[in-house]
Amino acid sequence: MKRIIFLLLSIFLLSGCSPKPSGPQTLTVMTHDSFAVTDTVVQAFEQANNAKVTFIKSGDAGAMLNKAILSKDSPLADVLYGVDNTFLSRAVAADIYEPYDSPALKIIPVEYQLDATKRALPVDYSDVCIIYDKAYFATHNLPIPQKLDDLTSSQYKGLLVTENPATSSPGLAFLLATIKHFGDSDYIGYWKDLRQNGLVVVDGWETAYYTNFSGSTGKGQQPMVVSYGTDPAAEVMFATTPISDSPVASILGPDTCFRQIEFVGILKGTVHRALAEKFVDFMLGQKFQADIPGQMFVYPVLPNVTLPDAFVKYAQKASQPAVLAPDVIAANRDAWIQAWSDAVLK
Amino acid sequence: MAGFTQHEDRRTQNADYPAAITASWVNRLFLWFLPLSFLVVFFFYPFFRILAYSFSIESLKLPNLQLAFHVLIFTVYQAVLSTILTLLIGLPAAYLFARFDFRGKTLLRALTLVPFMLPTVVVAAGFNALLGPRGWVNLGLMQALALESPPIPFVGTLSAILIAHVFYNTTIVIRIVGNALSGLDPKLEQAARSLGADSRRVWWNVTLPLLRSSLLAASLLVFLFDFTSFGVILLLGGPAFATLEVEIYIQALQLLNFPVAALLAFIQLLCTLAFAIIYSRISTRSNVQSAPRAGGSNIRKPKARLERVFVTGMLMLLISFFILPMLALPLRSVSRLDADRGQHGTVRVGLTADYYDELFINRNGSIFYVPPVQAAANSLGYAGATVLLSLLLGFPAALALAKPRRLERILDPILIIPLGASAVTLGLGFILAFGHWLTYPWLVPLAHTLVALPFVIRTLQPALASIPDRLRQAAISLGASPFRVWQTVDWPILQRATLTAATFAFTISLGEFGATILLSRPDYPTIPIAIYRFLSQPGGLNYGQAMAMATLLMALTTAGILLIEKLRLPGAGEF
Amino acid sequence: MLELRDIYKTYEDQPLLCGISFALTAAETVCLLGASGSGKSTLLKLIAGLEMPDSGKIMWEGQDLASTPAHSRDFGLVFQDYALFPHLDVFDNVAFGLKMKSWSYVEIEKRVNEVLSLVGMNNFNHRKVTDLSGGEQQRVALARAIAPRPRMLMFDEPLGALDRALREDLLYQLRGILRRTHIPAIYVTHDQEEAFTIADRVLMLHSGRIVRAGSPAEVWTSPGTAWAAEFLGLGNVIEGNCRSRNERLKMWNISTTFGRFDVKCAHKHEIGDNVHLLLRPAQIEGGSVVRGLVVDVLFQQDRFKAVLENSLYVYVQKPPKIGQMITVRVAVKCLG
Repeated sequence: MKRIIFLLLSIFLLSGCSPKPSGPQTLTVMTHDSFAVTDTVVQAFEQANNAKVTFIKSGDAGAMLNKAILSKDSPLADVLYGVDNTFLSRAVAADIYEPYDSPALKIIPVEYQLDATKRALPVDYSDVCIIYDKAYFATHNLPIPQKLDDLTSSQYKGLLVTENPATSSPGLAFLLATIKHFGDSDYIGYWKDLRQNGLVVVDGWETAYYTNFSGSTGKGQQPMVVSYGTDPAAEVMFATTPISDSPVASILGPDTCFRQIEFVGILKGTVHRALAEKFVDFMLGQKFQADIPGQMFVYPVLPNVTLPDAFVKYAQKASQPAVLAPDVIAANRDAWIQAWSDAVLK
Repeated sequence: MAGFTQHEDRRTQNADYPAAITASWVNRLFLWFLPLSFLVVFFFYPFFRILAYSFSIESLKLPNLQLAFHVLIFTVYQAVLSTILTLLIGLPAAYLFARFDFRGKTLLRALTLVPFMLPTVVVAAGFNALLGPRGWVNLGLMQALALESPPIPFVGTLSAILIAHVFYNTTIVIRIVGNALSGLDPKLEQAARSLGADSRRVWWNVTLPLLRSSLLAASLLVFLFDFTSFGVILLLGGPAFATLEVEIYIQALQLLNFPVAALLAFIQLLCTLAFAIIYSRISTRSNVQSAPRAGGSNIRKPKARLERVFVTGMLMLLISFFILPMLALPLRSVSRLDADRGQHGTVRVGLTADYYDELFINRNGSIFYVPPVQAAANSLGYAGATVLLSLLLGFPAALALAKPRRLERILDPILIIPLGASAVTLGLGFILAFGHWLTYPWLVPLAHTLVALPFVIRTLQPALASIPDRLRQAAISLGASPFRVWQTVDWPILQRATLTAATFAFTISLGEFGATILLSRPDYPTIPIAIYRFLSQPGGLNYGQAMAMATLLMALTTAGILLIEKLRLPGAGEF
Repeated sequence: MLELRDIYKTYEDQPLLCGISFALTAAETVCLLGASGSGKSTLLKLIAGLEMPDSGKIMWEGQDLASTPAHSRDFGLVFQDYALFPHLDVFDNVAFGLKMKSWSYVEIEKRVNEVLSLVGMNNFNHRKVTDLSGGEQQRVALARAIAPRPRMLMFDEPLGALDRALREDLLYQLRGILRRTHIPAIYVTHDQEEAFTIADRVLMLHSGRIVRAGSPAEVWTSPGTAWAAEFLGLGNVIEGNCRSRNERLKMWNISTTFGRFDVKCAHKHEIGDNVHLLLRPAQIEGGSVVRGLVVDVLFQQDRFKAVLENSLYVYVQKPPKIGQMITVRVAVKCLG
């Protein structure tokens, strides 16, 4: 019996150390679960570089970062995509990346290049906003809220659902937006007012959007949900019967949206550095950036990229999104979440 | 008379092969080797590596200990409540299936197993459709009583958590206790009645004591599942509730606060060990040889008025509890799901097969598109591997446990631990310990087996322990070789238990989500993962496809269970 | 005491019991004798109240038991496979019925020891029942049934699972116990020897009816029907045809394939009727003559059984040779 186990283990060990074939190299890219790309786009890269690209999907951004940190001594992949600005400082401080000054960075707007050491390079961004159900507001003759303070008004009592920042990325984003707007000392007061005004909190985006939100197919009770500014486009593109007007829209007041930026980086210790660099360039290049909106429903960082029609028509981003520096977020995140829990949940 | 006893004792020794095999400790070590090494390599090693990595003096700071204490209290509290409720519904249901025959019995019994393997996301959707603020019950009540707002709060309450737990776990009680119940000799009850015991006293003095070991096994499994509950708490309980597992998830994966996560994981492990030891102590004392019947001759159509009331009542309860919430899914998968358009046009309602069609179209050309047939095939492949692996590992362990000695008393609790340990922690431990091998497909059934193994053992062991030597002795005295003895005496009785064990392993694997999402390659998704992917983007098409996949999963599971149950040799019995 | 009137019962849409009626008087042991599957066990279950008859009445001392549930009928049951409670030891098994009647602990202890002595299991109080041998288990089962002083005892093939020597031993002990305790009993079996040993009266059950009732001696002498004679193994049952009648001796001359016999017949026959005859195997003086070629000779302890070529068998003292022609004189009885 022992011998069989030993034999099996040896086989697995050996297969892990198989000599590299003289054929195409394999590049491994670790991403979060929301990553998506058109097969032809990836195939173009593979053909151009005589390479094979394998993707490892690793849960949400937090789980993925954990995986990368835990395995950093013998990295599971060559490239890591999906760390966002709320996790950026943690990721860089954990020293999982190798810096790479990609030539593409020259054309990408400075506001997205949050990592000066060029370890994490920006790929896409989107805004977490409050999405509202147009039909509900129309039928009830309610004015649409224009700013954060409006949400505490009694005419909107019980009409907003948000997610727990401890378990949900959009939930955290919205919390950060309020912190940016009201400041470290006053945001708790705001949330207490929200709570008084019948705020509904759930743990995950799926529950909020598909169960609580009235504007989606779940037909829930809340006509306002903390979600993504690109949802209006998604609702049109994924409608059961073709529609010409989105049933939902975003509230785009000052600091009502929080900008999330997602980054890619080459993992420290990779043995395919050259190929990894090419892949990063590829991700920051025209073809991939143009593919992003239709697949992941986020905006490309590269300027002058042609966006799909539906996107242009329906997706919304804020002109004044709330932004917080990544290291500030990293330093205070736990404390903020704890304070929020105490104020809202207990 | 003394002469006879001696003679029979000698025969008994030869006939009692579990005792013979386990008499020698070398043999027992062999029996234990396979399952134990599996556990050591795939559970203890990664788990303790991650604990060692994360634990620091930080962990023991007072605020952390306080947090841990609070969370622990709630976790135990809701688990105890859920277990009691599950038993309250599960016991009569087990009795219903074990004793009565009625139309649609096989189907209903298969359907009660379906919730067990549905991803929580899907269950939450089903319950919401039934009991949510705009669910059928509330809408119905609002109309009937002309109410302004939905009278029954559901999501975000403790009741939601409890109800969902009962929904998930009742099948464990039905299967394990029902198995034992249908194996009871009806003559025992007849004897009791002739001695003056009315139905209540028969139940209390004869039936229940004989069910003790299966009741304990079922209760422990249910409790551990409730103890480690994660998805239900998140999706139906909401942010106001946190069990240990949820808190570990938040601390580790969202706050990246490893020391606190390690503390919580460690506490969870200790608690599981404590429960397992307690269970182990109680259960070895209640193993009773009760000559289980391979046949289901106990089963009859309900005749007396009381019986018919019971059967009808239980059927109504089971259907409304188990079937209704799940009806929402197939219904939604074929109804047009459009968002309200208000003044912009009327919403079209009606039936459609669009979502099923859409499943087969890769509209986006996404590289990660997997045709549903392949997702189903992946799911079934993993499930099959899990069944084989867990039976292979479970039999020797169950055999060793059938005649427990001191070694077993120590090892037994260890087998239960993976069931109560933090899945998130284990997942992280896998990354740390096995890094590169994470993308090998066979890791997935291995992870599934870790969860399924305790079920398999708990189901096989009472069966193995309860075959009385007398039956084997009779076969031997008729000239049967040991193999024939096993084939004609043990196997018919074991077959039922094996089928139950295989069914458990099958459904656990089909519905497993947490470990799978951590370990699987994106090109080998299982159906639960596919469902989850659809639900992480807005849009009617996405939601509809999620519902369609969920319906497919339900259909696949039901078919699988029915198939397993049909695979019975004649004479193997009803349950 | 016990009276059954016109009991009918079907089983899976087939008729099982078709009009069973009999009565039990005080302190007698009645044996229900019949083939396997003839409905004997079902009849016991009906009497015990574990199942309900389709029609008919079961009465105890004139009172209809239909409204009395099984647990109140106070009839003891002893099964073939003992049905001892495996989770209780010997003492608790025997004490079960007494606990149900809420006896005090002192009374229970006294009574349990009493009945255990009665069945010869005095020192077994705290043994696990699963450790006992078959004979020991059956005696505990008997003690358990007797302990609560039931109004009647019912035995469902209680000795079927035991080997021969044990069976005989227990049977005799059982007979003694029943005599001593004066409890009326119904004993169900398919074994004729058992029935005749233990019963005061025998009821033979066939095709759902009681075809013969009487004391063992009566039934032995006059089995009544061909089936009964065959079932009891009384001898050779053959068919014959009535040829002529001798009015003076009240005898019929019946022709069979084995010869012509003059038989006294109690039944009314016409010439040409088919009848069944019983040829007892024991030789008697003045019996009818039977001739045959011996094809087999079997040793049977105190006699020999000679099987003739026409498949008749007779008992002889000295073993004939195979192939020999022998002539014997046997009793021939008309069965109707």
